[in-house]
Amino acid sequence: MALDPRQIKADFPIFAAQVRNGRELVYLDNGATTQKPRVVIDAERDFYSSEYGTVHRGIYHLSAMATGLYEAARETVADFVNARLTKEIIFTRGATDSINLVARTFGDRFIGKGDEIILSEFEHHSNMVPWLMLQERTGARLVYVRSTPDWRLDMTDLRSKLSSRTKLVAITGMSNVLGTINDIDMICQLAHEHSARVLVDGAQLVPHFGFDVRATDCDFLAFSSHKMLGPTGVGVLYLKEEIGAAVPPYLGGGDMIEYVRYDGFTTNELPYKFEAGTPNIAGVIAFAKAIEYLQGLGIENIIAHEREVTEYALDRLLSLEGIEIYGPKTPDKRGALFSFNYKDIHSHDVASILDFANIAVRAGHHCAQPLMQRLGVNSTARASFYVYNQKEEIDILRESLKQCERFLKHAVG
Amino acid sequence: MQLDDLYREVIVDHYNRPRNFGRPEKWDIMVEGKNPVCGDEIVIYLTVKDDVVSECRFEGKGCTISIASASVMTESLIGKSLGEIRLVLSDFNRLLRGEVCQRCEQYSDAIAFQGVTKFPVRVKCALLAWKTLEGAIPDSGTHQA
Ligand SMILES: Cc1ncc(COP(=O)(O)O)c(C=O)c1O
Repeated sequence: MALDPRQIKADFPIFAAQVRNGRELVYLDNGATTQKPRVVIDAERDFYSSEYGTVHRGIYHLSAMATGLYEAARETVADFVNARLTKEIIFTRGATDSINLVARTFGDRFIGKGDEIILSEFEHHSNMVPWLMLQERTGARLVYVRSTPDWRLDMTDLRSKLSSRTKLVAITGMSNVLGTINDIDMICQLAHEHSARVLVDGAQLVPHFGFDVRATDCDFLAFSSHKMLGPTGVGVLYLKEEIGAAVPPYLGGGDMIEYVRYDGFTTNELPYKFEAGTPNIAGVIAFAKAIEYLQGLGIENIIAHEREVTEYALDRLLSLEGIEIYGPKTPDKRGALFSFNYKDIHSHDVASILDFANIAVRAGHHCAQPLMQRLGVNSTARASFYVYNQKEEIDILRESLKQCERFLKHAVG
Repeated sequence: MQLDDLYREVIVDHYNRPRNFGRPEKWDIMVEGKNPVCGDEIVIYLTVKDDVVSECRFEGKGCTISIASASVMTESLIGKSLGEIRLVLSDFNRLLRGEVCQRCEQYSDAIAFQGVTKFPVRVKCALLAWKTLEGAIPDSGTHQA
């Protein structure tokens, strides 16, 4: 069943709250973060209002209830990504935290001097810097797979770079700059032939396409709640049980220990081993509501909507004279996220002028500075879509872009 | 609030025809500045004779606001002593904080940037060149006129 963005918008209080100068909000910065539906907002409020207590500690009623909700959320996530075991789901602070966790535990234990980590050229800083830091700690080497001229991962180059030295392929599911979707199934298959592990940065992919960790057989999957209608400060790391059991803990503190003596400690079992300290309980519980909301819309319907928006946006934007879109120009294996520059207008000016028409787009380097150099630009504007965006909003964007030019031209005169 | 407050005609003009743009053959002081948020970069070159700025040029990439502001800055610094530069820098900072600054009328088209205060996210753009220069001229930021 096709999504009805108009009806979906009604579930998000922000759209009623942010009408400016009679113009409805056209929110196109979903790649950075998404808006929240009422069910998610209510879930946090209700939890704090009537059910709040800590998890895994108290004997009393409230704590038992909070623990129940928190662990039920873990099951919701496990089910959403089709994990084999619920304990393979670790709650973190976000995708960035999840990736750092892997670098600090799996990386420190299994990736040493001379070993190689393979990345794409279009990783978010969050999936680069933790590996650059590991490189500094251990002397491991980062190897970058080339991109094809239409900004897809060059699979031939990947094949040639995989070797017995490869310990990890850390790759984005979908680029937050180019919109490119990588062939994760194939990447996992190729990497595993060389006994390398695969970490998927799912921050962009998971919210728009869902993910099946068992079908892809990836070893790690990182994603953030706030990019899929959930609260900030919550993320997920999926990791295979066998790896989770074999690596050292991440942060030390409460909950992650089994037993502490004055001269040592033993670690708790999965998933608690990686969840030191009191977690974002309310955030996790509300995140589960966001997932249920998405499941209610239907992942297949979300994918179909994404496809429709992508086709329409490519058609309408590419036909606009003076626009340069960075990323694949065809809708296959590509998300509804478009980085662009218009004429020679700086992306900041584009974003300010669009903001005046109540259109929110991102401008800047999108936490991908090396890629900006590759693209030969300092910054780009970026429009990224989600379930509540209508095709009409692409027309509004297109018309407002033309205004940008007229505005700056006019001002010269 | 009007978009014209941001893109005043003089500002767009400074952007389209930046004054004192391009690297000079010689200089006494060179400073580079970057806005890590947007990737804008700027390099400023100062030539100083007998404690007075005889030439001030810049090059770089940036948005309308950051380039226009750099252009205005170069115009307002030429002919000033290093002591006076500190005053100009702190005056411009005050202007961008929304304070009244009568002297700013005298600094090229600096006063046109008053409207930028209505767009808080763009204040950084307007200050890029000035903050960059501040780094090369110690204690200018704390100078109180
Ligand atoms: C591809 C990608 N990876 C990682 C991240 C980091 O996510 P977070 O800031 O939620 O940790 C982002 C978010 O911008 C992203 O787009």
